[in-house]
Amino acid sequence: MSEVSRSQLMPGVFLTSVHTKKFKSSMLSMTLLTPLREETAAVNGLIPYLLRRGSAEHPDMQSLAAALDELYGGSIEPAVRKRGETQCVGFVGSFLDDAYTLDSSRVLDRAAGLMGELLLRPYTRNGVFCSDYTRQEKANLADRIRAEINDKRQYAVSRLVEEMCGKEPYGVGRIGREEDVEPITPQSAWEQYRTLLAHSRLEIYYCGFTDEQEVCRILERALEGLPREGGYALSETLVIPKAKEVRQVTESLDVAQGKLTMGFRTGGIAMGDPRYPALILCNALFGGTTTAKLFLHVREKLSLCYYASSSLDRYKGVMLVSSGVEFADKQRAEDEILAQLEACRRGEFEPWEIDGARSYTVSSLLTIPDSQSRQEDWWLAQAVAEQTQSPRDLARGVEAATVEEAVEAAKGLSLDTVYFLKGTEG
Amino acid sequence: MEEKRYERVGESLFHTALDNGLHIFVAPKPGFQKNYAFFATNYGGMDMRFLLDGQWLDTPAGVAHFLEHKTFDTEDGNALQDLAANGASPNAFTSTSMTGYYFEGTDKFEENLRILLSFVSVPYYTQESVDKEQGIIGQEIRMGDDEPDTQVFYGMLEGLYAHSPIQVNIAGTVESIAQITADTLNLCHRAFYDPGNMVLCVAGDVDPERVSAIAREVLPAKGHPAVERDYGEREEPRAHKRNWEKSMAVSTPIFQLGFKDTPPAKGEEWLRWELTGNLASEALLGTSSPLYARLYSEGLVNESFSYGCEAYPGAAFLCAGGESRDPEAVRAAVLAEAERIGREGIEEALFQRLKKAAYGYMVRSLNSFENICVSQAMAYFSGFEYFTFPQCFETITKADVEACICRAAREERSTLAVIRPKEEI
Repeated sequence: MSEVSRSQLMPGVFLTSVHTKKFKSSMLSMTLLTPLREETAAVNGLIPYLLRRGSAEHPDMQSLAAALDELYGGSIEPAVRKRGETQCVGFVGSFLDDAYTLDSSRVLDRAAGLMGELLLRPYTRNGVFCSDYTRQEKANLADRIRAEINDKRQYAVSRLVEEMCGKEPYGVGRIGREEDVEPITPQSAWEQYRTLLAHSRLEIYYCGFTDEQEVCRILERALEGLPREGGYALSETLVIPKAKEVRQVTESLDVAQGKLTMGFRTGGIAMGDPRYPALILCNALFGGTTTAKLFLHVREKLSLCYYASSSLDRYKGVMLVSSGVEFADKQRAEDEILAQLEACRRGEFEPWEIDGARSYTVSSLLTIPDSQSRQEDWWLAQAVAEQTQSPRDLARGVEAATVEEAVEAAKGLSLDTVYFLKGTEG
Repeated sequence: MEEKRYERVGESLFHTALDNGLHIFVAPKPGFQKNYAFFATNYGGMDMRFLLDGQWLDTPAGVAHFLEHKTFDTEDGNALQDLAANGASPNAFTSTSMTGYYFEGTDKFEENLRILLSFVSVPYYTQESVDKEQGIIGQEIRMGDDEPDTQVFYGMLEGLYAHSPIQVNIAGTVESIAQITADTLNLCHRAFYDPGNMVLCVAGDVDPERVSAIAREVLPAKGHPAVERDYGEREEPRAHKRNWEKSMAVSTPIFQLGFKDTPPAKGEEWLRWELTGNLASEALLGTSSPLYARLYSEGLVNESFSYGCEAYPGAAFLCAGGESRDPEAVRAAVLAEAERIGREGIEEALFQRLKKAAYGYMVRSLNSFENICVSQAMAYFSGFEYFTFPQCFETITKADVEACICRAAREERSTLAVIRPKEEI
């Protein structure tokens, strides 16, 4: 039904193209891959927002909005993603597929042209970014960094990662630090933009009705003039196999509910490792699903929380546990989470737990091609790790992983840091 | 089942009504691995007072949501686990006027559908499990207490409405849910979880006839029509309060601006109201509007800004919100822009563009099985067919949209709810 092909369009420019007729829309993304570093994270996080303000042909938001409206309400959104220790910076767009337009106009061609224009021909003043846009987007970026505290659940996870991986690039936030925003100038942002454009790997993803050859033609046109000056190598994510000792960090904020987060090292297992499918199964058994031990024990048996779950970072070799509990229940919840991990290490699983974890994981992998955005994220992840595994390949790996292997993966987990966000009273 | 084709959007929909009153809709989706089934009752957070067996009953805030949690319990265990063991991802939600249970899966569709229909329709509530759930939902409520977006939205509703129960938190409070017993749940299940008050929507590469055959097998043969509810006194057109405020541990003020509108009647008028309301929001303050560009460049709104319109029995409103350094200035600017539109009208070219964009957006959203099923369920409860939106949309004129803006976007119909940062941040 759908065909995935991968091709190189220019030096360091790769297209993953999914040809399928099952969606009403096409999805197109252009993403520059660059090492995640403290000194550049904020300015890189600024650049797509700055580019999205205006191009040479469409100099302001209103003319851009009008152009997108004409493309049947297409969207082109700035995207800044942290994938392992790579910062992924660019645009993600979604457009009505040509088959559903009212006047049989060709949307993809114009949409790709507009995205290329945003990427390559920004609106400039005196040869650099315009100072008004730079000032406004700097303020927005600083607000965005500060606003991370508004979502307490996510904030506690981010703080855990900062504490746990403070000495690794992984500890750098997705859009950098607030103090790095102020010093940015139109000139410095412009220089970093030109560097990114000339020296970064560019990953393009397309999914829709149009066949690969035609997509290549359209994109070659859209990206005409892209500077290519070498050095497109990707950075590798540092994996630390074992925690040295457990660190406990507690902070307080005026909140109603405590947030408990725990970070584990996975014994060196990350994406691409032959033991990775077993680690996925282990995570599903421990805390990744509603049949998992964390859900059944911490929530259903002890009623300690509404959510308690675990998740993996596929590149970094870390597993994170997150839960929301009463302040007074922190120790009970932490003890129970660790007790459930011990049960996993002893291999105490009922057959239905194993079936549930396995089939849930396989099913969620197999449905990735049914969603354009999940697919886009999947292929970006593969590109960052320089792999070309399909969701089906990984699903086969999970099918084949044994419980013994999952137990081995559980034994390899070591607790690194516990972060607890409590209230200010008492 | 009877098939209807909607060529404009490239969809078709099978429909049937069972003798027990249940309506079933199936959207075939060849080529997809995934299948999705949504079983919903026309019962939500606002349905607290109703007439059962000739008696008006008052139930505590949060009971529909509590019921949703406990409905997964079965005599043999828990349906959430049964579905998950089959590799499906099950879940449920309670909204203001609806409770829906669903699963998304790849194989064992028929078995999963049986589980879904069975656990939702067969009540099994014990006092012990109700007591235990108080702790879990208590933590869900506490989590919501820390979510500024949730708080500010309820704040806006409290401001807009004097009586309507849509302002009551769907999850209730720790105190209100403490009053819930197994008997309360049984009573509400009997009143609302009846095939006559429910709908089943399915999307996927499945056989529609099998869906209706399984529903006939699993569900009771007889049903009763929906029970009567009481939503309190009729609301005045004007907002109950102009302002609502609270402080929380947030980085910047977070606001929600609401405009109270006249609620539409059920049927096509409802769909028309929604489509018109969406276009009115776009024209007044949407990302393509002249006002938005100005507010954005003045730093009064940022990318967190979002907007829309919602209708419930007896209540309808337009709203917009996000982060802003000066929410009052946003309200003033929106009101001034509404007045300008009242005087000068919406620019014709802008209107045509917005229509084109809204159409594209709606068609694109048909990629989502969840959207198709949930929207069709809501449409059914509101008396129309979801896939008819392109035809209805075409008939909406610029004058309709201008009338909507002039009617609703007025000072006396507005509430501005703001969460202000606590000082220490």
